[in-house]
Amino acid sequence: MQSTTLILLLAAMTAAAYFLGRWRSLSLAHGQRRVQLHSLPSYYGYFTAIWCVLPALAVMLMWALFETRVIVALVVNAMPDTAAAMSPGEIDLLINNIQNLVAGDAVSVDVDAALQTASAHYRDLTAASRRILATLVLGLAGFGGAAAWRRVRPDFRARNRVETVMLVALVVASSIAVFTTIGIVLSVLFEALRFFQQVPLAEFLFGLNWSPQTAIRADQVGSSGSFGAVPLFAGTLLITAIAMVVAVPVGLMTAIYLAEYAPRRLRTVTKPLLEILAGIPTVVYGFFAALTVAPWVRRAGEAAGLDVASESALAAGLVMGIMIIPLVSSLSDDAITAVPSAMRDGALGLGSTRSEMMLRVLLPAALPGIVGGVLLAISRAIGETMIVVMAAGLAANLTANPFEAVTTVTVQIVTLLVGDQEFDSAKTLAAFALGLMLFVVTLCLNVIGLAVVRKYREQYE
Amino acid sequence: MTNSDRTTRDKVEAGLRRRNRRERLFRRAGLAATTVGVVFLAVFFADLFVKGASAFVQTFIQLDVHFDERMLKPDGELDLEYADFDGLVRNALRMQFPGVDSRSERRALNKLVSVGAGYQLRDMIVADAGLIGHTESVWLPAAATVDMLVKGKIDPNIDAALRPLSDAQIRWVGALEVDGRLRKQINWALFNNGDSREPELAGIRAAIMGSFYMLIVTVAVAFPIGVAAAIYLEEFAPQNRWSDLIEVNINNLAAVPSIVFGLLGLAVFINWLALPRSAPLVGGLVLSLLTLPVIIIASRAAIKAVPPSIREAALGLGASKMQMVSHHVLPLALPGMLTGTIIGMSRALGESAPLLMIGMVAFIVDVPQGFTDPATALPVQVYLWADSPERAFAERTSAAIIVLLAFLLIMNLAAVIIRKRMERRW
Repeated sequence: MQSTTLILLLAAMTAAAYFLGRWRSLSLAHGQRRVQLHSLPSYYGYFTAIWCVLPALAVMLMWALFETRVIVALVVNAMPDTAAAMSPGEIDLLINNIQNLVAGDAVSVDVDAALQTASAHYRDLTAASRRILATLVLGLAGFGGAAAWRRVRPDFRARNRVETVMLVALVVASSIAVFTTIGIVLSVLFEALRFFQQVPLAEFLFGLNWSPQTAIRADQVGSSGSFGAVPLFAGTLLITAIAMVVAVPVGLMTAIYLAEYAPRRLRTVTKPLLEILAGIPTVVYGFFAALTVAPWVRRAGEAAGLDVASESALAAGLVMGIMIIPLVSSLSDDAITAVPSAMRDGALGLGSTRSEMMLRVLLPAALPGIVGGVLLAISRAIGETMIVVMAAGLAANLTANPFEAVTTVTVQIVTLLVGDQEFDSAKTLAAFALGLMLFVVTLCLNVIGLAVVRKYREQYE
Repeated sequence: MTNSDRTTRDKVEAGLRRRNRRERLFRRAGLAATTVGVVFLAVFFADLFVKGASAFVQTFIQLDVHFDERMLKPDGELDLEYADFDGLVRNALRMQFPGVDSRSERRALNKLVSVGAGYQLRDMIVADAGLIGHTESVWLPAAATVDMLVKGKIDPNIDAALRPLSDAQIRWVGALEVDGRLRKQINWALFNNGDSREPELAGIRAAIMGSFYMLIVTVAVAFPIGVAAAIYLEEFAPQNRWSDLIEVNINNLAAVPSIVFGLLGLAVFINWLALPRSAPLVGGLVLSLLTLPVIIIASRAAIKAVPPSIREAALGLGASKMQMVSHHVLPLALPGMLTGTIIGMSRALGESAPLLMIGMVAFIVDVPQGFTDPATALPVQVYLWADSPERAFAERTSAAIIVLLAFLLIMNLAAVIIRKRMERRW
């Protein structure tokens, strides 16, 4: 049976269960002895429907997760001369061929009798699995619905049952955020640990040479890449520093000007414009950095007699800084407006000019909040990917010269993982080790930044 | 007394000019900083439109094509696989320029017309087989280099070695122009085709459909989960460690770099759950994890904005807590939740880094038909085209960006309108 048919059937059964449960409660209530129902009639319907659909759905989910694996294992085990003799790669290829043969696609080897048998076996097992699934799902739905339907009595507390199920669903939904974090940590951590079995942690953290080209064959020249990540960290820091040099003063001064000096009309025009800046996709910034800003920087550098690489850190950093201006300015604005107006009025009343009031009273009072915002901005800059992928280079130079090309952690993650890869080579696993570094560093910055921002926002309230 | 009084006053006045100058400087610095962002925006949009606007039209060449029976029916029967449609184009060009004889010159001549011209003739024959044996005047797409020349993006006066067109080719294009056989039409190929190696045939249809399927998955997953999580955290969550943990997690996830979500998708959805690579399904799942914090935070704000008197009235009339939430709080908070969701979706639409991780950077010619077909997304298409060396692709990249920004603008406008129309102030 097709899975769409199965889902439609299940949906129909659920709807039927709802109406049957509701109808039963109503007919019981209006029977010979008129009794008061505990819950509204529709809750009896919901109760029946839930018992009809939830167990069946759970089974379908389990099936979807494990069906192919179980079938593949059964087929491979049933093949005569395989299992122990083959490497995992060969088994993958074999499975691929069997699946292609079943689907009627091209097969990479000659089809022999063993392969034919295996694919026939595969086809039979798939068909059987579909049959079992359909029976199981429909049976469970019918059984669950019927059992729930029989429990419908006027004094049955259907609403409480239904609401419990709803509450559980709400709890599960809210826990997904936690599971996402756990998922990120686990998926990155496990692959990173496998990487550190091949490359020592010290070499990764302190090595000065990054060239992740591992050879396909072991006997090839340069078969061992070197995985010293210091040039990547340095490149990331360089570009982040350039971005901050642009974003922090400009963002902060924008916030001050808009809060203190700007006429109302200018403010109503400028704020949405800055929000547009925050809404432009990063890939668009990347395009602009690579095709417009980088040539400008190069030409300006040549005019000044400097040797500028066409993928200079400066171009990427400048554009990234512009991208971060709205973040810095809105967080600074929050911090400045959180300072009580008594401090501001006091300073003005004592005769200070507005700039003196700003620089000597408001900014020192708002400084922790601003620092927290800057930490968040740094975390954003470190994790930014598309701008650097498009505008910064791939060359892992260890340099502090903003006119040279550098590469960053995110660029390397992208280049290592895009395209075909072997999943357990050091080259691919290195991306996860870099991802782990990226996650840990940005997480620390975020936790500190958010805590600082929140603490000082509350302090003055 | 008077003496010292005067000195204080003198001191103040002595420093006043300096202080006022500093005040003016500070003020100007503020104004300058504010202008930086605005000027960047202006330059950015001007640059984008100057580069991209011309991609919405394309050059076509009019040729008198003779649908030669011998070339279309080599074996007496029309076989679309073996019929030589490109030959028809070549013959038409040769008739147009009878003086061109040598092989190399003819090859150069053939390069004026797009390689897609043959497919256009094929479609004409499929639509109307009665054309065979007749001569028709047909507008065929020009090659990208000719297109660039006509649009003025290739300077014909520079050294021939530095431009992709030879002197003869430029002369032929000039002759066609004089004959009125060149014209610019709206570039429907941009919206109707998938990706292509030939700039004049490349379009964003496949990318738009990929993004569309992905956003459907994202909305279907992230909206219910986000709203449910927000309801739980605002209305039901007890004050305990678990609630705090959830809260901290949501705030942190909102600031985790998007590429890390891509790593999660690669490890969990592709390697562990064995879902297909490059599929909108996986992309949509990754993007829904990415937008979940945005939706949760916006939905919580919307729920908070519903006044407690509504809750108390519902509870006072005997509603259960769940009824109070689903009958009263949720409908009142829905506009705010929708606004947050649309903003989350617009963020998802512009996101490309995590999609690179899960293989959505493939070269996709066919428009995806479902959630598991190989697909790419609009921002990823921008990334792919931005890497191409041809000038014509730079123009198309800008055009794709304009389309992307137009979609984002529409979504944000929708959010603003929903907020203005439906949100109630208490």
